[in-house]
Amino acid sequence: MLYREVGEFKTSYAQDSQTFPIKFDKYRYYFVVLVGLLFVPFVINDYWANAVFLPFLIYAIASLGLNILTGYCGQVSLGTGGFMAVGAYASYKLMTAFPDLNILIIVLLSGVITAFVGTLFGLPSLRIKGFYLAVATLAAQFFLIWLFNKVGWFYNYSATGMITSPDRSFGNFLITGPNATPASKYLFCFFFVFLLAWIARNLTRGKIGRSWMAIRDMDIAAEIIGVNPLIAKLSAFAISSFYVGIAGALFFSVYLGAVEVTEAFSIQKSFIVLFMVIIGGLGSIFGSFAGAAFMVLLPVALKNLLVLQFGWPVDIAAHFEFIIIGGLIIFFLIVEPHGLAQLWNLLKQKLRIWPFPY
Amino acid sequence: MSADFLYTIEVIINGLMAGVLYSLVALGFVLIFKASGIFNYAQGVMALFAALTLVGLQEGRVPFAHLINAMFGTKIHHFDWSLPALLAIILTVLIMILFAILVEKLILKHLVNQEPIILFMATIGLAYFMEGFGDLMWGSDVKTLNVGIPQGGSFWFEDFTIGWAAEGEKFYGMYVDLLDVWAAIIAISLVLVLTIFSQYTKSGRALRAVADDHQAALSVGISLRVIWVLVWSISGFVALVAGMMWGAKSGVQFSLSLIALKALPVLMLGGFTSIPGAIVGGLIIGAGEKLFEFFMGPLIGGATENWFAYVLALLFLVFRPQGLFGEKIIERV
Repeated sequence: MLYREVGEFKTSYAQDSQTFPIKFDKYRYYFVVLVGLLFVPFVINDYWANAVFLPFLIYAIASLGLNILTGYCGQVSLGTGGFMAVGAYASYKLMTAFPDLNILIIVLLSGVITAFVGTLFGLPSLRIKGFYLAVATLAAQFFLIWLFNKVGWFYNYSATGMITSPDRSFGNFLITGPNATPASKYLFCFFFVFLLAWIARNLTRGKIGRSWMAIRDMDIAAEIIGVNPLIAKLSAFAISSFYVGIAGALFFSVYLGAVEVTEAFSIQKSFIVLFMVIIGGLGSIFGSFAGAAFMVLLPVALKNLLVLQFGWPVDIAAHFEFIIIGGLIIFFLIVEPHGLAQLWNLLKQKLRIWPFPY
Repeated sequence: MSADFLYTIEVIINGLMAGVLYSLVALGFVLIFKASGIFNYAQGVMALFAALTLVGLQEGRVPFAHLINAMFGTKIHHFDWSLPALLAIILTVLIMILFAILVEKLILKHLVNQEPIILFMATIGLAYFMEGFGDLMWGSDVKTLNVGIPQGGSFWFEDFTIGWAAEGEKFYGMYVDLLDVWAAIIAISLVLVLTIFSQYTKSGRALRAVADDHQAALSVGISLRVIWVLVWSISGFVALVAGMMWGAKSGVQFSLSLIALKALPVLMLGGFTSIPGAIVGGLIIGAGEKLFEFFMGPLIGGATENWFAYVLALLFLVFRPQGLFGEKIIERV
């Protein structure tokens, strides 16, 4: 009943192409943002921040980034873990080399550095396509991890080979390090998610986003109608890596605080982010969030259910987790190959005419 | 001959032997990709699962022992029998065929006509599932696999080569693992059998027809679903062989499933659709990465095997996007 476009008259092109054409959607969006901004920071505690909110927000940034590359530009990448590592190590080097630099600028600069690295590894995409490219991006994954593991300069020759983030604050609030409060960490990540999602939404419906989608749908045809594949593909790699780099920087400095590169940014990370994008929906901003929420919440929920509720031994619960996650992925792909975003759209279509059949 | 030169030859020989094992895994990928266009990420986990099943059957372990113990408070772990290796291998093959049928019935049937990336993701989901299932069924401890393949260095070869070095140089003969030699022999005969099968039998011909053109194959009355079961069974068998070799070498454990990742650059180099490509690619990668580690490894920190193969394949693809033996990519608008 509430969800109708009836009575909403659009009098300009800007109104016609807005992101939330239906009033209810717009209010729902404001509501979610306000709850995230004004309610969650006051009730958040360490467990919720570390188990749910921080990983969700950070993975949402990473999957936004991968969605730009894979969902919008059609270039499958398995190097996400490696690029996240670039962001993490860039932020570490910047933090230790310039102690006075603001953490906000550090995170943004890490994104820029990752964008350069991503563009470099995106160069083969001009020659290689499809699965060949997917495997080629694995070169980035393995080479970068090896580099950060072997070259002492990257981890400042620390004895353990780990990198640990020093205390940095934004204004009066400590953001990184063990003494930072969950609320300030959360708000810092929330700010980035909000900003980056807004940018992604507006990029993907503008000129550059359209050129990506043209390349995705058929690159030769796109070239013929005047899309420059060099610019389109490399810009997709650059912007995607920028997002992934920021996610990596936040993952290291804000969320974990100390990482060991082969643990934290292994090939599994690349697959997890790719799962988020596919389960959520290729080529959908909402899908990136839905996929991230799904993949972050599912293991937490399963662990709570199996270990704490049913009292199963931890190793058996871990095996079942694999079985259930694998099974659910296959199930989702069979039921709705276009992901949670498509399910959401179907629901909206139904709601629009509810309670009438058509 | 100088000792350095002989060391280089030794490295190359060992690299080629390792390459044969990469080829074995790559072969499973190629078979499925040719017949159904599916990039089967689960190939490595299939090898792990097959090896786990083989060990479990051979030693008479009770399947799902952990689960049963946890649920009923019992303490069972082994039956009081153990099977001879050959019987266990045959039973494992049967289980892999059953697995192929289930995959076709439960997954592939529903995903016909989907985009390749969706199918690829489905196989990753399958890999997760199999990993959990295999561990649940047989336990996650490291198991030793012994199917009677000789192991250890070949003394004969060492004695044979020890006289090659120039007078007065320190050289103790070349080290070649017998297991690697056997793996090479088995891999070569496997490729021969597969080639004969696909060239001279009726189902082999049907297989090639499907690989060539799905729709044309359908229209002359070849059942795609039967072919898919067949091809998944064959690659299940190849996975078993690969799992057996790798398992005998380094124990049956989780890391076995990661050999799938090792096979990917082999595929890129050889082309996704070519069986000879998988073999040649494996040999190039195997020898190449060992040589690079031998010469460059000490200079830049070692462990270059992790990435060298990928970078080599990447550089190679820039000049030849379809791989060594892949079909030429023709694109039309």
